[in-house]
Amino acid sequence: MEYFLQNLINALQWGSFYAVISIGYSMVYGVLMLFNFAHGDIFMVGTYIGFGIATLFLALFMPILPGWVIFIMVIIVTMFLASFVGVMVEVIGYRPLRGAPRASAAITGLMIGIIFETGNLILLGAQRFSFPALIESVSYNVGGVYFTNVKVLIIVVSLVLMAALHTFIQKTKWGMAMRAMSYDFKAVPLMGVSINIIAPLTFAIGAGLASVAGILYGQAYPVLDPYMGILVGWKAFVAAILGGRGSIMGAALAGYLLGFIEIFVAMVFPSTFRDLIAYSIILIILTFRPRGFFGMAHSTQLRL
Amino acid sequence: MTALLEVKNMTHYFGGLRAVNDFNLAINPGQIYGLIGPNGAGKTTVFNLITGVYTPTEGSVTLEGNNIKGVETHRIASMGLGRTFQNLALWRHMNVIDHIRMAHYSQLSYGLLGAFFGTPTMRKQEKEVYDNSYRLLEIFDVNQFATQNIGNLPYGAQRRVEMARAMATKPKILFLDEPTAGMTPDELVRMIEIIKQVHRDFGVAIFMIEHRMKFVMELCESIQTLVFGEVIAEGPPEEIQNNPEVIEAYLGKEDLH
Repeated sequence: MEYFLQNLINALQWGSFYAVISIGYSMVYGVLMLFNFAHGDIFMVGTYIGFGIATLFLALFMPILPGWVIFIMVIIVTMFLASFVGVMVEVIGYRPLRGAPRASAAITGLMIGIIFETGNLILLGAQRFSFPALIESVSYNVGGVYFTNVKVLIIVVSLVLMAALHTFIQKTKWGMAMRAMSYDFKAVPLMGVSINIIAPLTFAIGAGLASVAGILYGQAYPVLDPYMGILVGWKAFVAAILGGRGSIMGAALAGYLLGFIEIFVAMVFPSTFRDLIAYSIILIILTFRPRGFFGMAHSTQLRL
Repeated sequence: MTALLEVKNMTHYFGGLRAVNDFNLAINPGQIYGLIGPNGAGKTTVFNLITGVYTPTEGSVTLEGNNIKGVETHRIASMGLGRTFQNLALWRHMNVIDHIRMAHYSQLSYGLLGAFFGTPTMRKQEKEVYDNSYRLLEIFDVNQFATQNIGNLPYGAQRRVEMARAMATKPKILFLDEPTAGMTPDELVRMIEIIKQVHRDFGVAIFMIEHRMKFVMELCESIQTLVFGEVIAEGPPEEIQNNPEVIEAYLGKEDLH
């Protein structure tokens, strides 16, 4: 039982990373009918931005301010800078391709990813950096289950962000415009809504969320690597599809499901089998639910 | 009096195909104008050209004297042009009241920070939007569906929601693309009453594509007939109805029988 609970906490932590990252995938796909294959690398860039900001803020404020204040400041500043990266990807990478065939947009995403990876290598060199700890890790033992405050923090911050996003999508005019765009595209401009506002905003939110996932990831697994976004990006993509097109709730749930399957497969089988078995399970789920959990029939017209 | 909407010598090509040829139109404020013509005549293309979906190859389009040719659709919409679609462009899985709230987009001026911290301005604006939305739903007789998903409504009610949504953008001119398509005779009579009421209460000009003569005769002050992208007749409904060229376009030449 303790062993199970132990793994449950680990699964929630991993699921949080996948959930927060896959929401970015899912939103861009839902609103613009575009797979942003650069999203994994936007996550990587966001992590590096978080690393830079964290290092800077620790040097500036460390003895003056308590750790959690610095942590929150790092999250806010990093989100802001990373969302700017998201906007640039939309404006420079995808906007000129509106009306171009879908495959062109897909390879653009892949190319942006490669540019980010190699650009990072050139700028920062091949050495790996270590993400500084913003929160001092404290271990707890409740009835034989060990967990750290960092794990709890990761789960809580992820849930708070997702709740904030949900409110934004449901209540604000931009959120409504995003929802409307994912159902029927042609009527939205007639409401006075500019696609050139909504598209970059969608990218900004996705990139901002991915960067927070990066900071949280850095707290749990501090090693930074220019290629760290690739595998995580693919998995988040899987979660976005599994959740159903453009469904934020679906992407979040699928992200957590992915975390659970991965952790619990590794609990039973040798960890080298983990991804093989985990993704075979996902494949079987998709066979029976090809549209994912909350997916619905939709037109496949490319919008961006 | 200057026309509210004025189109001069509008011609449009899709590749080598001339879809619309030398189209002219002048609609005065508060006027109801009809556009009829057989299938494939280019009626919806005319709508798309004026509303900015396509940019006309030649000619000029002005709204209240301001050029709207080549202007983006969302700007034209903000300048006072509302529109409905032939096949309905509703947001399935969104409820009825959210459709109307969404249409107030350009009237909401609060910023991102205001949205997050719930400033008084934001609350006040949101409340106004809510009230105005319910008022519109009442006018279009769909208030009983306010919190239902749009997909669950009868077809006629969906059309009325689409029209309410277009009116929520506070248009000076409303484009209706076959507002009675797929409607039952009862719904048709109701739609005539609603359009009359909207026209009276809001003083909005209306430009409509419509096939049902009863509807057009009852509502329109003037009608244009479009055949293969060219206007072949223009005038009051009685005149158009008896125009031999119009009858020929719809029914074919007499000697063919």
